[in-house]
Amino acid sequence: MIKSDRVTTTTCPYCGVGCTLQLHVKDDFIYKVTSPFDSPVNHGNLCVKGRFGYDFIYHPKRTTTPLVRRYLLEGKPKPAGREQVFAVSTDGKPIPDSKISNDWDWVETDWDTALNFVTDNLVRIYQRDGSDAMAVYCCAKATNEDNYLLQKMYRSLFRTNNVDHCTRLCHAGSVVALQQAVGSSAMSNTASQVIMNDVFIVTGSNTSENHPIIALQMKEAVQKYGAKMIVIDPRRIDLVDMAEMWLPLKPGTNVPVFSAMAHVIVKENLINHEFIANRTEGYQDFVESLEKFTPEYAETLSGVPAEDIRRAARMYAGAKNGAIYWGMGISQLSHGTASAMALIHLAFLTGHIGRDGTGLNPLRGQNNVQGASDMGSMPFHYPGYMRVDNLENRAKWEKAWNIEEGGLSLKLGLTTTEILSHAHEGGVRALYIMGENPMMSEPNLNETRKHMLELEFIVAQDIFINESGSFADVFLPATPFAEKDGTFSNTDRRVQRVRAAQAPRGMARPDWQIICDLALRIESRLGRPTAKWDYSNPEEVLREMGSINSDYAGITYERIDKVGLIYPVPSMDHPGTPTLFTESFPRGRGKFHQLDYVPVREEADDEYPFILTTGRLLEHWHGGTMTRNSALNEIYPEARVEIHPADAEIHGIRNGDPVKVQSRRGEIIVRATVTEKTSIGVVFLPWHFAESAANLLTNDALDPQAKIPEFKACAVQVFPARENDLPNPEIVLNRGRY
Amino acid sequence: MTETVNLTIDGQEVSAEQGKTLLEVAREMGKNIPTICFHDATTANALCRICVVEVEGQRVLQPACIVKAGAGMKVQTRSEKVIRARRTILEMLASTMDLSEAAEIQQMMIEYGASSERFPDAERRESEVKDDNPMYIRDYSKCLLCWRCVQVCAEDAQYTFAINFDGRGFETQIGTFFDKAIPQTSCVMCGQCVGVCPTGALKPKREFLLEQGMSPSEISVMNTGRKQRKPR
Repeated sequence: MIKSDRVTTTTCPYCGVGCTLQLHVKDDFIYKVTSPFDSPVNHGNLCVKGRFGYDFIYHPKRTTTPLVRRYLLEGKPKPAGREQVFAVSTDGKPIPDSKISNDWDWVETDWDTALNFVTDNLVRIYQRDGSDAMAVYCCAKATNEDNYLLQKMYRSLFRTNNVDHCTRLCHAGSVVALQQAVGSSAMSNTASQVIMNDVFIVTGSNTSENHPIIALQMKEAVQKYGAKMIVIDPRRIDLVDMAEMWLPLKPGTNVPVFSAMAHVIVKENLINHEFIANRTEGYQDFVESLEKFTPEYAETLSGVPAEDIRRAARMYAGAKNGAIYWGMGISQLSHGTASAMALIHLAFLTGHIGRDGTGLNPLRGQNNVQGASDMGSMPFHYPGYMRVDNLENRAKWEKAWNIEEGGLSLKLGLTTTEILSHAHEGGVRALYIMGENPMMSEPNLNETRKHMLELEFIVAQDIFINESGSFADVFLPATPFAEKDGTFSNTDRRVQRVRAAQAPRGMARPDWQIICDLALRIESRLGRPTAKWDYSNPEEVLREMGSINSDYAGITYERIDKVGLIYPVPSMDHPGTPTLFTESFPRGRGKFHQLDYVPVREEADDEYPFILTTGRLLEHWHGGTMTRNSALNEIYPEARVEIHPADAEIHGIRNGDPVKVQSRRGEIIVRATVTEKTSIGVVFLPWHFAESAANLLTNDALDPQAKIPEFKACAVQVFPARENDLPNPEIVLNRGRY
Repeated sequence: MTETVNLTIDGQEVSAEQGKTLLEVAREMGKNIPTICFHDATTANALCRICVVEVEGQRVLQPACIVKAGAGMKVQTRSEKVIRARRTILEMLASTMDLSEAAEIQQMMIEYGASSERFPDAERRESEVKDDNPMYIRDYSKCLLCWRCVQVCAEDAQYTFAINFDGRGFETQIGTFFDKAIPQTSCVMCGQCVGVCPTGALKPKREFLLEQGMSPSEISVMNTGRKQRKPR
């Protein structure tokens, strides 16, 4: 029996649920994870990632030494052909070893050398090309403190708002819609309030795999509290087993289905007159725009029977406490904003918002995507969602950061997707990537790859050299969650502590320390007065941010020591705010918007007859930097494309057969899983697997307002392939549940 | 207002909320009733009987974890009969299973003066360690059939239903359907079962390997079979 040296309580680094973890450590090795049964969010329950998926920390491939390319170290000019690092030429042909210049070799070095090279190159490019040439990806996996500091570095030193992170790729549509309709973009209620719902809608979210602990609470709500669950999703997800109704809509037809539900609620006078009169605006115009969205019209577009739409609408409108939980299936569309807006209307019509057990609840993906957004890791906002083009906001941050009046940029920055599409002469030249993995997470990866090759200087700050880090000129080894202190803000807006359980491995350093060290070097090189970087601990960073961002004003490490606090916490004696909008919306009245049906940008046709929709798996996490370097990879080692038995039969595909999935942008070879989990005409792929990356196929069409790509629908064809075409024919998924 | 009932526990009069169990009421009074199969996160089933108490007028001892406090009840939590029953339960457990990692039960044995030698001829419930997945191992020699793992796998948490009782009587063991290996079942490997196991029968794989004498660095290279690209 192992006796632990210590047990460290911290917050899970995977999804937005924010489960409490206890890391049991022996000889600086975490051998067990438990969770206290009185933990505020998860009540002692964990999923496979939280309980067993932390071993990536010790993976031999983890890089814990600063690395620079040889050309930097030898003072040579940058050699041409960054593609050489992959031994593949730009037209896809392998480059023989003898032709590869050793100028691109990684060389281990010390922190001073690495940080000085970063300083030299960033300052050189900034002084030559100005603010617009600089861009940074913050990281929804890193702490609030890390993110605050990185956006502060880019805004205060390089005077640019080209600051964004992966929120752009997940809930940007929901964020923009919520900002326009209510003026705030977080979950209005906490997930644990699901047991107070009597009817709730889950749509575009495979909650059991992506927010496993919230799914447990949903199941409990149904089984033990008598709630009725309506699942609206193209896939027959696990939750359907316990649902009152399942509306299997065609991908990308959210707007007609939700608007038809609104149509029914209005026509059958199931509306909440008082709420509409007192809390909303634009109702009359909205009702007129709704005329076209009859349930029959929605049926022709979505395939969902009109009668089911009516029944679901009546059920939700008739609830005492109704709530809506949604995920990426709503936002990751070229009309993601409209799609989220159509959902928001349902809450406005019925008044199912502003009370406990109701609400509009976008389930946030990453452990700290809420926090990274709150910290201003976005191109239009300072911390606290303060617009960068507002003079008063600018003045506040100039004062906080000791910057001359008018020094900060008023220009809206580029979004995640735009940063790379602007990577060319005269555009973005230098990119700093903290923890993100655009070479897995961007749509249309072949195009992304070209953009990455166009960049002049790339810094990767991560724990592994992942698919994107391979492009970098300098690699800065950071620490994972278990080796640093700070805070994460979960999907419930609960700010919780992250605590170091062990010393950093090798030469790795916590992100916040790397950023401060680097910022000091850049600052002195630029000769600017100091914006302050000499923090002695991360709490000082959070306090600095909280002195301007009133949502976090009352948060100290001491106050959140045990159970966290749910922001807004405007003062030191404020208890936190689990339910938002009880009296009014931040923008005053909730605003109805008139919507039209816009089809997905690429529909199925004769050449590409299937719609591909992408998503995630319980066992893996996003680009796979963590989970593919973990025992989690053993239990789900390969990508599988899900195809309906009827479609499989036509194409002569049996379960487990290798197939080629091809779109207009790329192709991959994977094994097929023949299953009724997906519907006829729709195939599904997880996007975690670099060797068969689903995002080689996806469409980079963007939502015009939110700039979120259309990951959830593109046209593909599926052909039988041979075993030898598979990237790893010897690896076969062998699980009873799949 | 919730209704209350008046009863006597160990001679002390107490007023309890209707619907509370004797265990809850006694614990609120600061009394120490031992429990093994009971867990705050699972539904009480009165399987292990270590929490039995004597209720006046009842023929047999009553499990405090499920018996509700009733008006006029006279309850003894540490009568001689109760202590003898608890001691016997502990002795029977100790003679049939491996309690080496059940610290709380070992503590109870000291407290109740239970001897692991009392039933020297008892047949021990022994089985091989089941090491069939990369996340956790199952060592049913240490299992006392408290049922908590089955409960959290089912309606007390996970709704996955991957494991249940298997076999009858002495042969009873927790198992999967058709004794399939864990990866072949509906198991999602959440490890809720590991989290509630009181005896170390269920254990994270890495903890197990460490106990087997492997070093952290040996364990860390185990799951790296994935093809590695040439590092560049």
